[in-house]
Amino acid sequence: MNAINTKQNLATDNVIFNSSNDVMLDLSELKKVYPTPKGDYIVLENLNLKIMKEEFVTIIGHSGCGKTTMLSMIAGLNPISGGSIAVLGKGIKGPGPDRGVIFQSPSLMPWMTTLENVMLGVNQVFGHVSKKQRQDIAKYYLHKVGMEDSFNKKAKELSQGMQQRVGIARAFAIKPKVLLLDEPFGMLDSLTRGELQDILIEVWNKEKITAVMITHDVDEAIFLADRVVMMTSGPRAKIGDILDINFDRPRTRKSVLDHDDYYTYRKHLIDFLEH
Amino acid sequence: MGQDITLKEKSQRTSILKPVISKITTVFKQEKMFESLKKLGITVLSITLFIGLWHLGSKALYNKEANFTIAKALEDQGQAAADAVQACIASGDSSCQPNTLPSPSQVWTSLLALIDDYYIIKQDKIDDAIENAPLNAEIRQFNIDNAAQIAAGDIEARQEIEYTGRSSFLDIVVTSIKTVFAGFLLALFIAVPIGIIIGLSPSLRNAFNWFIQIFKPVSPVVWYLLVFMIVKTLYIGNSSDNSFVISFISVGLCAMWATLVNTAMGVASVDQDYINVAKVLKLGTFQKIFKVILPSSLPLIFTGLRITLSVAWMVLIAIELLAQSKGLGLFVWEEFNNGANDSNAKILVAMFVIGIIGFLLDRLMLTVQNAVSFNKVEGV
Ligand SMILES: Nc1ncnc2c1ncn2[C@@H]1O[C@H](COP(=O)(O)OP(=O)(O)OP(=O)(O)O)[C@@H](O)[C@H]1O
Ligand SMILES: [Mg+2]
Repeated sequence: MNAINTKQNLATDNVIFNSSNDVMLDLSELKKVYPTPKGDYIVLENLNLKIMKEEFVTIIGHSGCGKTTMLSMIAGLNPISGGSIAVLGKGIKGPGPDRGVIFQSPSLMPWMTTLENVMLGVNQVFGHVSKKQRQDIAKYYLHKVGMEDSFNKKAKELSQGMQQRVGIARAFAIKPKVLLLDEPFGMLDSLTRGELQDILIEVWNKEKITAVMITHDVDEAIFLADRVVMMTSGPRAKIGDILDINFDRPRTRKSVLDHDDYYTYRKHLIDFLEH
Repeated sequence: MGQDITLKEKSQRTSILKPVISKITTVFKQEKMFESLKKLGITVLSITLFIGLWHLGSKALYNKEANFTIAKALEDQGQAAADAVQACIASGDSSCQPNTLPSPSQVWTSLLALIDDYYIIKQDKIDDAIENAPLNAEIRQFNIDNAAQIAAGDIEARQEIEYTGRSSFLDIVVTSIKTVFAGFLLALFIAVPIGIIIGLSPSLRNAFNWFIQIFKPVSPVVWYLLVFMIVKTLYIGNSSDNSFVISFISVGLCAMWATLVNTAMGVASVDQDYINVAKVLKLGTFQKIFKVILPSSLPLIFTGLRITLSVAWMVLIAIELLAQSKGLGLFVWEEFNNGANDSNAKILVAMFVIGIIGFLLDRLMLTVQNAVSFNKVEGV
């Protein structure tokens, strides 16, 4: 327990080195209480986390510790019980397209085509430009995720992996400030999962949108992230430890696996989880 | 060179594959055909079985009633009378036939008779029109000549003479279809919007719950009476026939509840993921309803509409009977009271016609449903 505390202090110190201008997302003293029939259940408490512009952060922690709760609070879909969440220094008020979300299930509208699904968001955010331009934006991102041949396919006709590709396109196409991902590849087989990780990181390399992604997969967490945030087990979960991943970008899976530090990072994370 | 060979090999390989593929597809097609033939066979078999059982059943009932009549004649009037009755029944004379469940062949005969009757009435209408033509022309001329005064309200426009004879069975069926259709549209336009509104708001849903629970089980007869009370008053001073209006409104009100409940349920149970997407994208209310909530609840709305349509057909008979609207309901009632020899058979013809039209309407709805909503439904 002690070790964790010092580590957390270290992490907070780390943040102080960065100029506050570069902070994209600021969670401070965040608290979440779920009322239950057996009294209040405090999921999160004293949770502090600063995430920089253009940073990719992955979050790991035991099942049920409150990762989804935290992410949905950032998305504005879940009310905050205490503390604050700010984007670029401004407290959030409910959900909004400045914080794009990629859900675990692709949650595409099954009655719409892939293009319509992406357009749904694009129309909303780029209402001021011509229809042609909006379609071009949507098509560009669908192209990026390799769905250029399926503009007019109904979403329900696509495989899970394909649907999640469209989910990625839909999220990037609205050019959010922060991208929130809740185990987006959790339901996919490992081959498709690898493909989608590559696609995600490829698009992200271009756009450099601040990203916060929950995952259960330690390798995925290292491969994608600039920092891996470890959450303590609930109740009253908070940030337990933060691990900086100092690999150059753009990364390939091979270069990451071949890197000397890879196994040190991996061991660090697994030690934390098995603690 | 090397490339050439591989190309050749490739084309050879595909040419080897081709017959195999086509064979597979033909086998598949044959299997499919076999499937549908089997389905058809089973349907035909079950229809035959049904008609057979019906035939036997009606024969048994016929015999029971015939024996009873003969036995009664024997008891009351003696052997001679009993023999006379027996002979009369055996001769097929209509005056002494047992009045019971008609056999399939009797129903078929009645159907043919009703079709013949349709042509007779059609001819009647034509004759009527020819006979009245000069008079109607005169009336029309009168109305044109006096158009100015009619417009000013000094003289009343004269009505042309219309056919007032019997309606044919087809006219009756058409009236019923119109009634059901109008009732269905009424239900659609009342129940779907209200269903959406109460589906969207849990508190409205609670507020409306008692209303729905109380009115849903109200019987068609009571609906008719309620509508009658209101429409009768609204039509005071208006001599035109309001039976159609009363019956379609009653049918609509009686049948709309399934749609109301299903719509509300569909709207209330939209997948939370879709709602979250709408929230994150900050869709406006209008967009949220028309792009997310409605499409996602269409399957349930259609389920409701299909139930509404079938309930509408089901209550039609009772309501038309009460409203004296010239549809199948009144037809059935009149035939029942009529007590003619083929009345029972005609009632069964009406029953089958109602059933078949109901079935066709349901298929129609299913087709529309599958065309507009995102998940396909198999008809049962
Ligand atoms: N609406 C709610 N009401 C009450 N308790 C809830 C609610 N949602 C979540 N919880 C509880 O809060 C805790 C954290 O849930 P959460 O879904 O955030 O965990 P998680 O870290 O995302 O888990 P997983 O890794 O399995 O997805 C769990 O114990 C859960 O049972
Ligand atoms: Mg979760």
